[in-house]
Amino acid sequence: MTGLALLVLPVQMALAQVRVGLVLERSGKDDKSFNASAYQGLKRAEKELGVTTKTVEAPDNAAYESLQRAFAEKKFDLIVAVGFHQLESIKKNAARFPNQKFLLVDEDAKAPNVRSVMFEEHEGSYLVGALAAMHAPGGKVGFIGGMDVPLIRRFETGYAAGAKKMNSKAQVLSNYLGVTGEAWNNPPKAKELALDQFNRGAEVIFVAAGNSGVGVFDAAAERKKLAIGVDSNQNWLKPGFILTSMLKRVDEAVFDSVKLFKEGKFTTGLIRYGVKTKGVDYSLDEHNARLVTDRDKKQLEQLRADIVKGKIKVPDYYLIQKK
Amino acid sequence: MKNSEKLRIPQSALSFLRSVAGAAGGLAIGLMICTIAGESPGKVLTVLVNSSFGSGYDFGMTLFYTSYFILTGLAVAIPFKSGLFNIGGEGQLTIGALAAAWAGVAGAGIESHALAILFATLAAFIAGGIWGAIPGYLKARRGSHEVITTIMMNFIAAGVTSYFTLYALKDPDSSQAETIPLSTVFQLKPFAVFNGAPMGGLIIALAVMTCVLHLVLRNSVWGYRLKATGENETAASTFGIAAPASWLSSMFVAGGIAGLTGLVEVLGNSHRFKIGFSSDYGFVGIAVALVARGNILGILPSAFLFGVLQKGAGSLDLETDKVTRDLTYIIQGLIILGVASDGIWDWFSSIWRKRNA
Repeated sequence: MTGLALLVLPVQMALAQVRVGLVLERSGKDDKSFNASAYQGLKRAEKELGVTTKTVEAPDNAAYESLQRAFAEKKFDLIVAVGFHQLESIKKNAARFPNQKFLLVDEDAKAPNVRSVMFEEHEGSYLVGALAAMHAPGGKVGFIGGMDVPLIRRFETGYAAGAKKMNSKAQVLSNYLGVTGEAWNNPPKAKELALDQFNRGAEVIFVAAGNSGVGVFDAAAERKKLAIGVDSNQNWLKPGFILTSMLKRVDEAVFDSVKLFKEGKFTTGLIRYGVKTKGVDYSLDEHNARLVTDRDKKQLEQLRADIVKGKIKVPDYYLIQKK
Repeated sequence: MKNSEKLRIPQSALSFLRSVAGAAGGLAIGLMICTIAGESPGKVLTVLVNSSFGSGYDFGMTLFYTSYFILTGLAVAIPFKSGLFNIGGEGQLTIGALAAAWAGVAGAGIESHALAILFATLAAFIAGGIWGAIPGYLKARRGSHEVITTIMMNFIAAGVTSYFTLYALKDPDSSQAETIPLSTVFQLKPFAVFNGAPMGGLIIALAVMTCVLHLVLRNSVWGYRLKATGENETAASTFGIAAPASWLSSMFVAGGIAGLTGLVEVLGNSHRFKIGFSSDYGFVGIAVALVARGNILGILPSAFLFGVLQKGAGSLDLETDKVTRDLTYIIQGLIILGVASDGIWDWFSSIWRKRNA
């Protein structure tokens, strides 16, 4: 009997597919940004790696814990939680299910069975800040943030430092959209702020405000100026007026982790995605090929190399804030 | 005539039955829509039932959501007695929750659990109450329409809480927008049977509070004044009942009760204030009060129904392939329609009378 069981078991294991459960934030898989990127990463894993996936969108903040827990009780092999809102619930579930493997994107869970992925947004913002300054001979660049939260401040400080690196006299005009969740979903207000910044002399505006970003792109097209997108590649939204997009490769992070899991090489602990691994990056495609010159690219690659080598220390708002 | 005398049912029971039938009708139509989406209604119903009662944890989570809806439902139903439509529950609850988090920081020296809870409760009630009383005062003094002012107050509340969360009460060890965590003295213990769901004796306290409110509003002079104002403000003032006092007091109590959400969220769940913790629970309260038809006791079953649907929203997404969380919002809407479509019953009864005439 035992011998038979031993024979059957490996066969069953080989047949059993890897099952990955994905818990998205309230904004869901159609947010054209962060959650959408995670969803695409998982779909790619489904296609290329042959894993089985199930995606759920949390209806409220208290549901994160129940949904992760439900996946664990259904014995999914890997549970992916996207967004810093899920930190507390991942911590609780990681302790409750010590043999379950989790992936948390955008925060550090500090638990033995969780792989935490964080992005060095300030580094990517530094590069696009430098690029913005190269395209602003007048020295004025703009920044428009969604909600005034530490994460978005991190984008802003990196961006300002990059602009100042290229032009020591560079001036950064900065505005935030609001204090409620509406800030991520208010293109008309973003457009007004962008028009105002252009009136004040800004030549390039970097927007980190979720769905509101399209308002800034509209303003740029109207005034024949430039904007910079965020999170996913948004260059196609207004070709010719979007200088580049500051990429946050959530899709890569999710895909890589699932791949490692499938190959049995999954590790836990904190993994940082910076400019070194191109986990944060600026986007180049056919839509901005005429905007970003070879000289620009050369300078940006030099900056990237200097950041990787440690020759340039990009200010990190999270660390500044703690002081 | 004889017929109706034989079948005399108390008006309140009749109204309750109508609500139940309306809700059931709404649910039935919702389930039929599932069929169109390609999922069997039986399965959807099973998922909804399992997700709410399937385990101690599930039931605890359902009661957790229910507790939000009891509070926000009451915050709409009470001013309604005095003729006001409070849609500022969202602002009142965020201010109350912030006040509870503040109490934890300001009362860091308190060592007694009971005293700590009392302090936080008072802080949440008074803060929420003031937030509700401001539109009440504006209505009483200036005649400003409460629908406009309460919704304005929601935006101000969002600004105020953001400021406190990001600056004055910011947790220096967190990179997120959240306040300093509460010490264990301030934390409410959940029941062990709920196996990790953040709900304990609070749900019983809220049910008792609702019953007490029902009795007070029905039997006290204050309750009579609110009702008189709500029914006919001019007639009430002729009898010496000042409408402004009714408006101010009902809005204060409503805001305070919405503010008690701080107990559910801050003391019971997160142990700190987080920006955006509420998924529009303040607005769902309007629906809860509507389904309860403004009846205070009716808030309890109505809130529970919405608790079941809120819990089920995530489970439907998880357990079925075709139906998402959006379906529960459709069902919610249909239930409200079912309960609100009063006229249907009068139509039925007129046909009944004609046939028996």
